[in-house]
Amino acid sequence: MDGMEGYCQFRCLGEGGLTVVLGDRIDEGINRLVQALAAKLGEKQLPGIEEMVPGYSSLTVFFDPLVLSRASLQQAVRSALAGGPADGCRVRPGLVRIPVCYGGDYGEDMEFVASYCRMTVDEVIARHTAPVYRVYLLGFLPGFPYLGGLPDELNVPRLDNPRLAVPAGSVGIAGGQTGFYPQTSPGGWRLIGRTPLQGFMPGREKPFLLSAGDNVVFYPVDEEEFWRLAGEGECGDCG
Amino acid sequence: MIVVERAGFFTTVQDHGRNGYRASGLPPAGAIDSYAYLVANAMVGNNRQAALEMTLCGDSFRFECSRLVAITGADMQCRLDGELVAGWSSFVVKAGQRLEFGPAVSGCRAYLAVAGGIDVPLVMGSRSTLWRAGLGGYCGRALRSGDRLPVGRPETGVGQVGRLPGDLVEQADGQPVRLRIIPGPQADMFTAEGWQTLLSAVYLLDNNSDRMGCRLQGPAVRHRSGADVITDAMCWGAIQVPPDGQPIIAMADGQTTGGYAKIAVVFAADLGKLGQCRPGDRVCFRLGEESEAIAARQDQAARLRQAGRWAGERHGWRRLVVTVDGRDYRVEIREDFGSPAIRAEPAGRRQAGIYAVGEGDYD
Repeated sequence: MDGMEGYCQFRCLGEGGLTVVLGDRIDEGINRLVQALAAKLGEKQLPGIEEMVPGYSSLTVFFDPLVLSRASLQQAVRSALAGGPADGCRVRPGLVRIPVCYGGDYGEDMEFVASYCRMTVDEVIARHTAPVYRVYLLGFLPGFPYLGGLPDELNVPRLDNPRLAVPAGSVGIAGGQTGFYPQTSPGGWRLIGRTPLQGFMPGREKPFLLSAGDNVVFYPVDEEEFWRLAGEGECGDCG
Repeated sequence: MIVVERAGFFTTVQDHGRNGYRASGLPPAGAIDSYAYLVANAMVGNNRQAALEMTLCGDSFRFECSRLVAITGADMQCRLDGELVAGWSSFVVKAGQRLEFGPAVSGCRAYLAVAGGIDVPLVMGSRSTLWRAGLGGYCGRALRSGDRLPVGRPETGVGQVGRLPGDLVEQADGQPVRLRIIPGPQADMFTAEGWQTLLSAVYLLDNNSDRMGCRLQGPAVRHRSGADVITDAMCWGAIQVPPDGQPIIAMADGQTTGGYAKIAVVFAADLGKLGQCRPGDRVCFRLGEESEAIAARQDQAARLRQAGRWAGERHGWRRLVVTVDGRDYRVEIREDFGSPAIRAEPAGRRQAGIYAVGEGDYD
């Protein structure tokens, strides 16, 4: 990544929010710019910056307008973009391997997906486990990753009627995207499997399994292995 | 302990919110009417301890310990052992007494702050309940009858402060409730008529409004072509317009990212006012300048400081900075409550220790 200049628009998200738009489509290169900009601004440690939230093609900076002016923040963004990538700029993204028990009770929509895509279940699994996915952003639920890199052959439509309760750990695909539900929630994606890993563990020092910019691969496990791995995790719920 | 004898409609433990995790998809939660929450805390000598946020109809509590409490926000006809208590006031509840809240007669959310705070476990830096995720607060959920709430140790003296001066009370001043907005990141995705609709129509707050979002019913706000955007960050106060044209205003528990066009964002200083709207209330919008939004924040911050000073003085504490050997100490001095005490901490963030003078220890 050499220059970071190019397409850049400033949008206002309230008096305490600046959305820096770096592109107009879902694209890995643009998303890398988003992550790089976040890293560079983070290094500057500007007083008044509260949080930064990456989108697919934009970075939103939340700031205290009583401490930092929008004009100074925009200036800092411009110089960050002009200055090239940050020193420690996630050159070494994490690689997270996610075990998935595919099909059956663990992925209720597997049969539908296979017949929709005109494949066998094994072919769906082979396609889904082949790529290295990229975490473009987290949103919708705490720790819910929006992953890029799903093979085109696995592009299936969402459910017409979203499920009221998708079990935690469910791995879904829909609309050219894949991801997994870190906790039980309503959801409209087609479920093809389930992971025993917890995407959000509030009691841990690192509460979230994934960060934006991480790489992710899925690998298949059988039922026995699923429950063995599930047993290794702790659930510290109260009440 | 405080025992919930009869649970209200939807009461949760809230504080200033769980900040710093929005990039991971975790909304901050926290008190919806932050002014009312902060003033209640100031009135009992708390700093940022957790309080209870009651929605539409409050609870009935029995106290097992004596505590200074404060009530602010919506008027829920609070009674102490059957005696009506004034809103935006602070008073002592003795062990064994019952504090009872009913349905809100005005406003939507009332706050009960207790000296020492509601002492539920700290989760990722906050005690706020994020109900949707079952996180924080009292077991991650709303209070139920029979729950027993732990309370913390009070930090300051127990002086009663009484009623907050009327000019520091923030309450809805009639309907429709006017919310000031500045254009949002996708303001240009709407037609001129769409904008005119938003700025001239009166909307009703829908029944499906909660801590995640306020849904509005009224004339449809039209997009130029489609409501979808490439998913980007949301914030509390952002007004999303889905394809049906009925605006939804994101609140403290709202999703951190969204896929619908955001036409505008409500001034941060007006979010408490919005949080006090009840289903069926009327809401309208006025376009403002960014500078006006910042001034409104400054104004609210100044009022908070004023309320804090007022409460602090009534508590008998005075805040001073004393320089000893070139080092600044922030000192609070209490003059007249039997056991005179001084506590000090460096003006930096490190805790230096607490010193007691005169008779009676203050630890």
